[in-house]
Amino acid sequence: MKENLYNYILQIADNSLILGQRMGELCGHGPSLETDIACTNISLDLFGQVRSYYQYAAKIAADGRTEDDIAMLRKERDYLNILLVEQPNTDFGYTMARQFLFDVYHLLFLKELEKSKDLILSAIATKSIKEVTYHQRFSSDWIKRLGDGTEESHERIQNAINDLWTYTDELFRLSEVDEEMLEEGVAVDISKLKNGYYQKVSDVLEEATLTVPESKYFQKGGKQGIHTEHMGYLLADLQYMQRAYPNMEW
Amino acid sequence: MATKNWPLWEVFVRSKNGLEHRHFGSLHAADAEMALENARDVYTRRNEGVSIWVVESKYITASNPEHNGELFEPAQDKVYRHPTFYDLPDEVKHM
Repeated sequence: MKENLYNYILQIADNSLILGQRMGELCGHGPSLETDIACTNISLDLFGQVRSYYQYAAKIAADGRTEDDIAMLRKERDYLNILLVEQPNTDFGYTMARQFLFDVYHLLFLKELEKSKDLILSAIATKSIKEVTYHQRFSSDWIKRLGDGTEESHERIQNAINDLWTYTDELFRLSEVDEEMLEEGVAVDISKLKNGYYQKVSDVLEEATLTVPESKYFQKGGKQGIHTEHMGYLLADLQYMQRAYPNMEW
Repeated sequence: MATKNWPLWEVFVRSKNGLEHRHFGSLHAADAEMALENARDVYTRRNEGVSIWVVESKYITASNPEHNGELFEPAQDKVYRHPTFYDLPDEVKHM
């Protein structure tokens, strides 16, 4: 099995799976009927992308596991998503801040992945770009609306941005897998996305009358399988049915 | 703030080119941009439309149902106002 390619696919797919799970948690709990549907739509878009990635990963692994096994039955240390996407829905401000900080990265990333030598990854990127363009529009509008809204909404979205800022640097840190796949012309050189990312994020934050955090203290580890304390609870939720009723289908 | 509810908006969707926008329903939103995005998520996520209009409900002036008699009934006995005496070619759609 091409282990580097397999892990590279998981690095990408796990971000969408875990963020999709977080947005899916809001199903029936969104702040209004309209935002509830919007958040679950984003979740469904991400799960759709995830299926293509895991189907590809299952083919590469060629060990009898299906896309569902890969998505549902790994242990915490085997998930390679970045720490940002596993952070909880503390309030709607956190939910939108997390989404926004990821969407800007996600769109830049997919536009580069489209140029990958790996034609399957390139095709998934092309298909996902339209969806993610809308995600970024949706979350950016909310950042502006909350930032330039009431005193309370301004304070709460600023707090969320400040708290989640510490997870942004990890987006651009190359793992060993990234470096190996970069040499083969498959991977995106994420370190090169950094300037464009912080520029776009700063533009939106400024328009939202928010302050760009200056903190230089950053957390990392997700891509090596070292997660924050929230990850275990999230996986317990995500995996409950498959763990309680192995191989169940509907 | 007078109310905690967002204002109500009416949503009109053109389901394909060549057809007119039709009233699809209503939703709540804080501003026009949000109304458009909410309309997209609530009403067009199964490929129902190619264009959306939103208008805040308070800007719609509606006829009073109590006046239906004077407004609409006089038209009922004037068949000559309806184009029912012409054969419509099959090629003309959406009439």
